[in-house]
Amino acid sequence: MLQQKAESQATETTYREAIREAIRDALKRDERVFLMGEDVGRYGGCYAVTKGLLAEFGPERIRDTPLSESGFTGAGIGAAIGGLRPIVELMTVNFSLLALDQILNSAATIRHMSGNQFGVPLVIRMATGAGRQLAAQHSHSLEGWYAHIPGIKVLAPATVEDARGMLWTALEDPDPVLIFEHVMLYNMTGMLASDAGPVGINKAAIRREGNDISLITYGGSLWKTIDAATALAVEGIEAEVVDLRTLRPLDDATIMASVRKTHRAVIVDEGWRTGSLAAEISARITEQAFFDLDGAIGRVCSEEVPIPYPRHLEEAAIPQVPKIIAAAKTALTGG
Amino acid sequence: MAEFRMPSLGADMEAGTLVEWLVKPGDQVKRGDIIAVVETQKGAIEIENFEPGTVEKILVEVGTKVPVGTPLAMIRAEGEPAMSITAPAQPPEPAVAPSRPLEPKAPAPAPTPAPAAGAEAEERVRISPAARRLAEQHGIDVSTLLGSGADGAILLSDVARIIAEPKIGGARGRGFDLAAMRDAIAAAMARSKREIPHYYLAQPIEMTACQDWLAAVNAKRPPDRRLLLGALLVKAVARAARKFPAFNGFYRDGAFKPAPSVHVGMAIAIRGGGLIAPAIHDADGLSLDALMTEMRELVGRVRSGRIRSSEMADPTITVSSLGERGVEQLYGIIYPPQVAIVGFGKVAPSPWIADGKVVARPVINATLAADHRVTDGHAGALFLSEIETLLQEPETL
Repeated sequence: MLQQKAESQATETTYREAIREAIRDALKRDERVFLMGEDVGRYGGCYAVTKGLLAEFGPERIRDTPLSESGFTGAGIGAAIGGLRPIVELMTVNFSLLALDQILNSAATIRHMSGNQFGVPLVIRMATGAGRQLAAQHSHSLEGWYAHIPGIKVLAPATVEDARGMLWTALEDPDPVLIFEHVMLYNMTGMLASDAGPVGINKAAIRREGNDISLITYGGSLWKTIDAATALAVEGIEAEVVDLRTLRPLDDATIMASVRKTHRAVIVDEGWRTGSLAAEISARITEQAFFDLDGAIGRVCSEEVPIPYPRHLEEAAIPQVPKIIAAAKTALTGG
Repeated sequence: MAEFRMPSLGADMEAGTLVEWLVKPGDQVKRGDIIAVVETQKGAIEIENFEPGTVEKILVEVGTKVPVGTPLAMIRAEGEPAMSITAPAQPPEPAVAPSRPLEPKAPAPAPTPAPAAGAEAEERVRISPAARRLAEQHGIDVSTLLGSGADGAILLSDVARIIAEPKIGGARGRGFDLAAMRDAIAAAMARSKREIPHYYLAQPIEMTACQDWLAAVNAKRPPDRRLLLGALLVKAVARAARKFPAFNGFYRDGAFKPAPSVHVGMAIAIRGGGLIAPAIHDADGLSLDALMTEMRELVGRVRSGRIRSSEMADPTITVSSLGERGVEQLYGIIYPPQVAIVGFGKVAPSPWIADGKVVARPVINATLAADHRVTDGHAGALFLSEIETLLQEPETL
């Protein structure tokens, strides 16, 4: 769409820069928008996403908060109810658990509890995932937990277009939206059209077409899955890669259309296997496309351990390309 | 260049109909690969290959009935130059276009691996939901399909291959034709009673040692890995047949020839009526666990109608047991050209004299029906005694 029109003017940009650009864009578009979180102002964000924004927009709109996730998330909810459009940044999904009460018991329920008198048009951004040797209190992938909660939307941008485009669409939503940014994507570069803008958040995307197997994934695992699909193609196996983009609500139609075409599915999810988002997707496929399946559905998830600190153990704990390839091949024999 | 011929799958077989090729020219084949399916009176039999090499040429088209011994295909051994014949008598079947690009590199479906579980698990067809739906849409009986997936699972591609194949008039896939099997049993048994002068011997065998030993061994095992008495009986017969070669072999053209190996035919009843006695190869050399696994697998495959040619053709002696049905003694009819069949009844508590006293002991009745042209009752008695001796020391079997 917009990107295609301006492809000639595309420039290489990082995922981090794309998010920063999205925040700048939102701050400029709507004066009700402001950002708050730990170290987002003077320090520029612990992943350097918000560097420079304090100087550009001032302390009213780029607000450093105390280390109190529950407190400032609650403040964000209040501001949203009161008519503002807050962007709350939580440092990592692990720390977001301190704000889980606010997110679940307040943000996700107030429209219901108030008989539709109040909504919470709040956006919460947070980092998720492993790969930077930050050990077991900073590295988990708990977006699947949030995808369990009715009343909120959960997004997982995996490309620079989505990093750039999802935020504004989320801010326009009348209800809370959580955006999960995988820590291994911040330094990733991609081509972004100079006039790239908002993108839809209600459809999954086919990132690679294929007829032999559907590899369903999102976020940081997308690129590993694409690498696996490329390796499989060398062996004559054409995998279709589905990027979920939105984890709640799931785009069942795109998932089922792909599985109906390929008859096989492997889900790649950095969350723990038990009770995972991968489990949910697997269940939906058996509910909705059972007679299209030519084999058991495979899952590549994280090992059921706290994410370890040592690099080799951390790598072994999360989905990797060889595991995805092996799971795809197993699925192709019927599982 | 080796000729792959229509095998003889029993003394009474004169011809067979080729119903399916599982290979095409250019395919690599190993010894033991199942490369064709032949329809006989006994049902559809999977034919194994014995010459490793490359399939050079298919000589007989699907649907053709040919006499035993007719070359069906040419197999080129490794290193042998390719043939340069340009005009084959009959053009080979066009290779079926794969339904998707991902057909395995080796196009022949892998031989169905042994099911891990016993006969019961095998009775449920392992088929993917999509393959089942496609088969239903085309009116294909899924029990007639051979799967290429993990553990023999039938996949979409297996069904698509059958659909793509030209229809063969009247030919079936797998499974047994019970009417034809009844005819075959009638012919073989009538011939046996006509030609073979049977003599019969019976001997009660005390089974305390076997029962105690089995109970001890099985106490630590899950149900699917337990040894059954049948394995001990087959092993004892196989060992005895090894010691008494006059009961292990074939009587053909007026002369007996002992067989170099002991392949015990295990009589298996087929649901709906019918009987088949495929071979457990080299049963005398198998461990009890290996023997038990083979027996389970064989029963499972018979129940699903998947028997291999070598199993049909070459049992050297047969064992039949009807003990589970409550029979006390079984007087068998020899399956020609074999020369002996050992029968077992049920294990029942019976009065037994031990140390001059009458005590109740578990006892089984073993019977021997043997060919009097080859052996006499005295040899038969020694043979049965050997079985008894072996069953007193089950731990050595």
